[in-house]
Amino acid sequence: MIDVTDINKTFFVPHKVKALVGVSTKIAAGEVVVVIGPSGSGKSTFLRCLNHLEAADSGHILIDGVDILDRKTNINKVRAEVGMVFQSFNLFPHKTVLENITLAQRVVRKRDKAAAREKAMTLLKKVGIHDKANAYPDNLSGGQQQRVAIARALAMDPKVMLFDEPTSALDPEMIGEVLDVMKTLAREGMTMVVVTHEMGFAREVADRVIFMDEGAIVEVGTPEHFFKNPTHDRTKLFLSQIL
Amino acid sequence: MEVNWDPMNATGKIGVLRKDFSYYLWVGVFFLCLGGLIAGLYYSTKQIDYVWRWYRVPQYFFFEDTVDVRAEIEGTVAAINPADGGKSVTVKNDSGISESYFVPGGDVRVSEGDYIYPADVLGTSKKWKAGLLLQGLWMTLKISVIATFFGMIIGLFGGLFRISSNPALKWAAITYIEIIRGSPLLVQIFIWYFVLGTLFNTLLAHAGLPEIPDLWYGTASLACFAGAYVAEIVRAGIQSIHRGQTEAARSLGMNYLQGMYHVILPQALRRIIPPLAGQFISLIKDSSLLGIIAIRELTKATREVVTTSLQPFEMWFICALLYLVLTFSLSMLTQYLERRMLVS
Repeated sequence: MIDVTDINKTFFVPHKVKALVGVSTKIAAGEVVVVIGPSGSGKSTFLRCLNHLEAADSGHILIDGVDILDRKTNINKVRAEVGMVFQSFNLFPHKTVLENITLAQRVVRKRDKAAAREKAMTLLKKVGIHDKANAYPDNLSGGQQQRVAIARALAMDPKVMLFDEPTSALDPEMIGEVLDVMKTLAREGMTMVVVTHEMGFAREVADRVIFMDEGAIVEVGTPEHFFKNPTHDRTKLFLSQIL
Repeated sequence: MEVNWDPMNATGKIGVLRKDFSYYLWVGVFFLCLGGLIAGLYYSTKQIDYVWRWYRVPQYFFFEDTVDVRAEIEGTVAAINPADGGKSVTVKNDSGISESYFVPGGDVRVSEGDYIYPADVLGTSKKWKAGLLLQGLWMTLKISVIATFFGMIIGLFGGLFRISSNPALKWAAITYIEIIRGSPLLVQIFIWYFVLGTLFNTLLAHAGLPEIPDLWYGTASLACFAGAYVAEIVRAGIQSIHRGQTEAARSLGMNYLQGMYHVILPQALRRIIPPLAGQFISLIKDSSLLGIIAIRELTKATREVVTTSLQPFEMWFICALLYLVLTFSLSMLTQYLERRMLVS
């Protein structure tokens, strides 16, 4: 599904930072991969490279067989197949919840109004906020906004979902409702790449955990391996700090 | 509900009352100052024996014009017949040719049998016409509306080009903005009129085409001038929208233009309404400079009215008031738009 080979990324602003150093991994269809690591370890950059919000400097990223680092690739077509959920929700504040979810369906997928609306209402029911369809994002709680954001991404019928710290900006009592939606998605067989600090979620849902530090993948393994007997010192140190 | 005596609340209410009294006191001070200023001005004009004649003002808005109906041939008045809304005068010459003239209102100044020559007045009629000030106001309004429209379009694209990653577009926008903002509007008007105007009109004449009227050079100078400022406002508006909005739009598969059109611009537009309004209010006021290239807008019209009426004090106050009407209407309109957009 996703095949990443030796990608590198260096930022020059505000100062030179090697964000990704020779990162390679394969993610199979239906797999749930959780990426963890200390802040500044490059895990968000890695995720953003997967839908080309950041352009990797070198290497190859194949999404469903299409190399998105190839200049000839129409990146908009690939992005329509890759849903993304952001830490800060990024809902469109000038549009209602319903319009947030129907906009890309209409503009990108060219669905007609009724079909887009029906899809949106089905997804809003799924994430449990169909009664807020005509509210504006500012009138929703953080947890509700993030669930709308998930519904917005799902409305495009993506093959992969990327989650960039989806619960980090939420009040503690709202984290559960968002994680529940994500767990449901995982059970339904969605391919997911999740950057998170929620170790409980990683332990319960992940098929595989990737630990990153200083722009490189340090350790990969099943949650059992990862949380019970990690091999690398850096991993042990990180886990001892957060658990 | 039980009503309790709350000392805290009570003192609070006294505070409100005292605030109310001082509030009205200062309102009174304001109007006193305003009245004093006007009285002082009036007193000073009396000192220099200026005679205020406000009654002379209305005729420069509307006046009743006398229109003469004149004969075009030589001959005798053969008949004066009542016609619909006036009278019809028939003039017959020696070779038997007759012509009829219609006098609206029926104020005929000749009798049957009179012998008349060409250009003799057969009758007069009265007609209400717009005066100079009203014509000037209309011209200012027309120029402002057209220049605002094109200034908006130039500014929108200028702003988009300014933040484009394409160097041709970006540098073109920067050059345009810097040149326009860095030189006086008066000089730009002269360049449009004396340089570009001469150039275009001469080239058009060579090609056998009609000239472009002066009005359009004046309007173009204003539109280009406002466009540079609008471009910077648009750029700032777009850049003030959080990067996450673009990323969300792009991550859903929208291309640059779709994201701009559906997500970024609608949000940016709301934010830039107040500075845009300020810019277009400036444009209305700047149109007063166009008088120097012989466009008879409100200021030029007022100067002409001053020369004929010899009442400069009244006329310039009226002129300022008319500009205020235009600018105030625009600021009311934008406030309405802002409120309406906040609701949605």
